[in-house]
Amino acid sequence: MTFEDLHLGSIVVSTVRNAPVLIFAAMAGLFAERSGVIDIGLEGKILASAFVSAAVAFATQNPWYGILAGMAVSIALATLQGYVAVTQKGNQLVAGIAINIAMSGLTFVVAQYFFQQGGRTPDLGAARLPYVTLPGSDAVAEVPVLGWIWTQLLGGHSILVYAAFLLVPLVHWLLYHTRFGLRLRACGENPHAADAAGVSVERTRYTSMLIAGTLCSFSGAYLAIVQSGFFLRDMSAGMGYLALTAMVFGNWRPFYTFLGCLMFGFFTAVQIQLEGVDLPVVGRIPGALIQMVPYVVTVIALAGLMAKSVAPKAIGVPFVKSR
Amino acid sequence: MTTNDMPRWATGIVLPLLNLLSALLVAALAIHLLGEDPVDAMRILVNSAIVNPEGLSYTLFYASTFIFTGLAVSLAMQAGLFNIGAEGQMYFGGLGLTLAMLAFDAALPWYLLIPVGMIGAALFGALWAFIPGYLQAKRGSHIVVTTIMFNFIAASLMNFVIVKYLIPPGEQNTASRVFSDAATLPPLNAWFPALGDTPLNISFFVSILALVIYGVAVSRSAWGYKLRATGLNKHAAHYAGVKISAMIIVTMLISGALAGLGAVNSIMGSTHYLSLNFVGGAGFVGIAIALMGRQHPVGIFLSSVLFGALIQGGFDLSLEKPNIPTETFIFIQGLIILFCGAMENLYAPVLIKLIKGKKG
Repeated sequence: MTFEDLHLGSIVVSTVRNAPVLIFAAMAGLFAERSGVIDIGLEGKILASAFVSAAVAFATQNPWYGILAGMAVSIALATLQGYVAVTQKGNQLVAGIAINIAMSGLTFVVAQYFFQQGGRTPDLGAARLPYVTLPGSDAVAEVPVLGWIWTQLLGGHSILVYAAFLLVPLVHWLLYHTRFGLRLRACGENPHAADAAGVSVERTRYTSMLIAGTLCSFSGAYLAIVQSGFFLRDMSAGMGYLALTAMVFGNWRPFYTFLGCLMFGFFTAVQIQLEGVDLPVVGRIPGALIQMVPYVVTVIALAGLMAKSVAPKAIGVPFVKSR
Repeated sequence: MTTNDMPRWATGIVLPLLNLLSALLVAALAIHLLGEDPVDAMRILVNSAIVNPEGLSYTLFYASTFIFTGLAVSLAMQAGLFNIGAEGQMYFGGLGLTLAMLAFDAALPWYLLIPVGMIGAALFGALWAFIPGYLQAKRGSHIVVTTIMFNFIAASLMNFVIVKYLIPPGEQNTASRVFSDAATLPPLNAWFPALGDTPLNISFFVSILALVIYGVAVSRSAWGYKLRATGLNKHAAHYAGVKISAMIIVTMLISGALAGLGAVNSIMGSTHYLSLNFVGGAGFVGIAIALMGRQHPVGIFLSSVLFGALIQGGFDLSLEKPNIPTETFIFIQGLIILFCGAMENLYAPVLIKLIKGKKG
């Protein structure tokens, strides 16, 4: 029996493959919320970019055009959220929920209109992103453990997986070690102080939403043109809410949020692995119950039993310049 | 530039109507882009949801459920709590109702079964809202995130319970057994044959009663005053002697019970068994209804009927126009929430200018 036959090995690999959807979305949420805008509309943006990415990638047979198109639609939705939050000073939660519901319906309708396959896009076939094979894979493939690490764990993913994992330190650096990051956090904590210091709260929040929209689009693109190779109705299946929760779980800090994403990716992997498997002592655990675990863990975390989560102070509050 | 500068008829009637029209205009544009005639679509929709008596009674049947979920969200909103969990609470309420029916439907007559079913639904709905309420009150966990989590937990848990315990032996359908005939809400077409073949039943009147009780309790009772005070300014209410954490827990209990009661109409009034995902988004529609109806009983009633009509008319429309599937109405729902909830003051500056212009 080789290492990759072990359940543990495939659980680790599929954790790595499940995590990027959450990482991109959670980092998107991080930008929005650290600047003071609640981003509960992640789900809708993921869904919209997943559909548009898949549809355009299929039509042009080029995954990169798909990713670009998905980016455009996700940015458009993020701008709408920014408009509600900044210009309209409206309810940000409601805007996010509206986007989620509207996109759940619209993606189906448009997919049905163009493809007539029950709200699904055709299989992308060659229009999926290629998997990266690390140099020397052939040479080490037969070596125990090292071969598995090099070809399965580190290699054999699409480029978006690497982008997701590299994004985390990048976001950390941007937030904590640049002038832009400092201003962004100031807008989320105390917009009046930021305003007094000469920072345009409105522009910072719009910029954050643009970044959030861009990052979130990768989440949808990954879902559609890397993981599954097609778009399916409501395929985001709560990923946006999970990403949001990972962020709350991680106290709005990039590395802890990343750990939250890995945790959720792990539970998804475990659930698929354990489906219908007889375990010693406990027997067969129904998938529905394993599915519940991340949500229950989150509620426990939120109840302050693991760590107290502290949201940015000005989150969800429209900024009105004081006179 | 605030809505406080405007008379009540403007904020209460003109603004919501303008917002609704904007949402419908975008919807009409979408229908046009799908290659169908929006005017024709509107004609079919109005015809089959309002003009035709059988269609109208279906509209009111859906509205009876929506009134309950709308009330659930509205009541919590009065206390400043955004309860996104009506979906899960109604789903769980359906379990309470079903357990009560499975236990008693062979032994009790209909006039006892109905209250027993309502109590079961309300209790389970309240239970499902209690935990997020408790966590918000005592631990400061944000109710929005916890109620979303509880929607997911309810979905998984119900999946497990139905598949593992409630499917009768030998059946394939993921649903409980059918209740006995005694557990049927009296349908209104027994008295009004003109309504045709419709599931509309007495729970429509129960929902109206709930609206009246809500209206009186919120705006005429001492408790309602404390409730609204909590929603307007928690700290001020606290200094005025309102026990905030008790207020939050009680409000969530009632809110959850109301959402749970939504299951009575859908299950005892129509299907007569508990099925997978029977709620079908009614809890989220409740959010839209609360926002559009501005938490006012009359507003909640009107927007519930509007959403009932959109669903009923949407079914018929999708049969006639294959390019407009029923999912189009999920999109329209989202638009209505966007325009009536998030951008509710979009037209306020223009309207203020118009009103002031007339006076000056």
